[in-house]
Amino acid sequence: MQRISNIFKKQEPEKPVTKKFVEKKAESGMKEGKPVAEKIRAGHVHESGCTGCLVALADNYEGILKILDRYVDWVYDLTLADTRHIPKMDVALIEGSVCLQDKIAVEEVKKARENSAIVVAIGSCACTGNINRFDRGGQANQPQHESFVPLSDLIDVDVFVPCCPPTPEQLRNAVLMAYLLLKGTDDQKKLAGRYLQPLMNLAKSPFFSKASFNTLMQEVINQGLCMGCGSCAAACPVRAITMEYGKPQGERDLCINCGACFAQCPRGFFDHGLTEQYESIMELIQEVLK
Amino acid sequence: MVLGNYKTVVSARSTDKEILKGAQDGGIVTTLFAYALDEDIIDGAIVAAPSRSKPWRGHWDIWRAEPRVVTTRQELLASQKTGYNICPMVTPVKDAVRMHGLDRVGVVGVPCQIQGFRKAQLYPIAMRDVPDKLALVLGIFCMEVFPYQSIVQLVEDHLGKKIDSVKKMEVGKGKFTVRTERGETASIPLKDTHKYEQPGCHVCLDYVANLADISSGSVGSPDGWSTVFVRSKKGEQIWNEAMTAGMFETKPMDQVKPGLDIVKKLATEKITKNRKTLDSRATFGVGKGLRNPYLNL
Ligand code: SF4
Ligand code: SF4
Ligand code: SF4
Repeated sequence: MQRISNIFKKQEPEKPVTKKFVEKKAESGMKEGKPVAEKIRAGHVHESGCTGCLVALADNYEGILKILDRYVDWVYDLTLADTRHIPKMDVALIEGSVCLQDKIAVEEVKKARENSAIVVAIGSCACTGNINRFDRGGQANQPQHESFVPLSDLIDVDVFVPCCPPTPEQLRNAVLMAYLLLKGTDDQKKLAGRYLQPLMNLAKSPFFSKASFNTLMQEVINQGLCMGCGSCAAACPVRAITMEYGKPQGERDLCINCGACFAQCPRGFFDHGLTEQYESIMELIQEVLK
Repeated sequence: MVLGNYKTVVSARSTDKEILKGAQDGGIVTTLFAYALDEDIIDGAIVAAPSRSKPWRGHWDIWRAEPRVVTTRQELLASQKTGYNICPMVTPVKDAVRMHGLDRVGVVGVPCQIQGFRKAQLYPIAMRDVPDKLALVLGIFCMEVFPYQSIVQLVEDHLGKKIDSVKKMEVGKGKFTVRTERGETASIPLKDTHKYEQPGCHVCLDYVANLADISSGSVGSPDGWSTVFVRSKKGEQIWNEAMTAGMFETKPMDQVKPGLDIVKKLATEKITKNRKTLDSRATFGVGKGLRNPYLNL
């Protein structure tokens, strides 16, 4: 199977998104009741996570139904698809950390990598280890299970969708952009590639898979980049961050190592050219899910 | 394009006497929010308000700005004031939609904060329910801001005034000026204030809030007026409705002094300077640079 590195080429400066995609969809015959040939194959692989990520994806409500209807064949999922072994997929969404002492888990993520063009780590357990980082074993009924690592410690991951849980909207955007990257026209591929680029950078980052509140300190404040917007405080799922005199103050004992603060921070990553097109990109997303 | 995409730019002033009385310039933001609340375009707004936090150094921080969620005109009017210190406007956005239950939120901020709001819409990594609930995004021109403690440092150490005696603060005509309750004024040249600026401002590449629905600021327009850029489709619709309702009087930009050229000039200066800063950060150490958030991680 073709890996993302082959599909994904260096991005050139962007033309504004046009309505073309929408029009193309309309022509390409999404006829009622008929399967669409251009679907991608995707699935959900479940490791040590709480299923909150899968629930978040489902929380797109009719949005997820439309995605499954038009764009995605859901080929693997513990709860929803009747498949025992991980099949070939275009996109594998992997939730959860991997326990080194759990042979099956290790085998599964390797298999998922081998069988998938794009591996998306969904949720912070998969991206950064998250709360599993604090595990030190002793729990029933496998007390010796004590070493939990994020996916990227064991396999190449293409895209990160961090947060605990990730948001329905971000999961939706990632899935739709992955679809465009694989099945879109050249322009759409370019847009999708550019959109996914920062999430791919997170996956390749030397520090992000070890994220915590300290990452925000080290990579934003210590680097002289913070401008006091408060996105980090809004992002933190456990409210470990308050803004004191315009700068983030972290309650480090509360921090679960999810990395959401850094990922949401405009001085974590920011693409001016892409963000300038926010109107058309948001219209596009609305339009394809109409 | 240092001024970003926009549909129109005009010089404008609120027609609301009550708002104008407390306004720093043309009262654009307060009037737009008041109008949007009245017309049921938004359910509430996040605005900057004087701090209610505990006293610092023995006095109440009336000049310290904090974001607050407001849902009525009274609350909105109680919050008009500019203190030139960091007010983290994105902080309550998730609470506004998830705790206060606002379905349509108005937000205001300086350009970097508008970048935060737009990033929250495009990459809602931890911003559940936020993307489709920002109903009116207002931007304010910004050259730089100061940490609150820098403002105290300037007012008390450089200008010799007690911070809680200050009635008005102004940046303009090359000076930082304060006026006290008793009518005294004191000022310091802006160039002497630069070292106290927030460091993060020195890598900021936006002066006129390019990503807002509507952005405004005093620069370019006569005293008491504001320069207003109407940018997005949503911004245009709300602006036109507010104009029809008589909320603003306007003058074409080419008929006011000092006009759009000064806005363009300042924007170009800011962006050029900060691009240079970004470049020099790349070679800051010996064979080692500092992180650039606009490039790869
Ligand atoms: S999100 Fe980033 S820039 Fe904004 S306050 Fe937090 S650390 Fe600073
Ligand atoms: S401070 Fe909050 S958002 Fe940041 S890593 Fe810790 S738990 Fe996550
Ligand atoms: S100069 Fe830029 S970074 Fe600093 S407060 Fe203004 S908009 Fe934000």
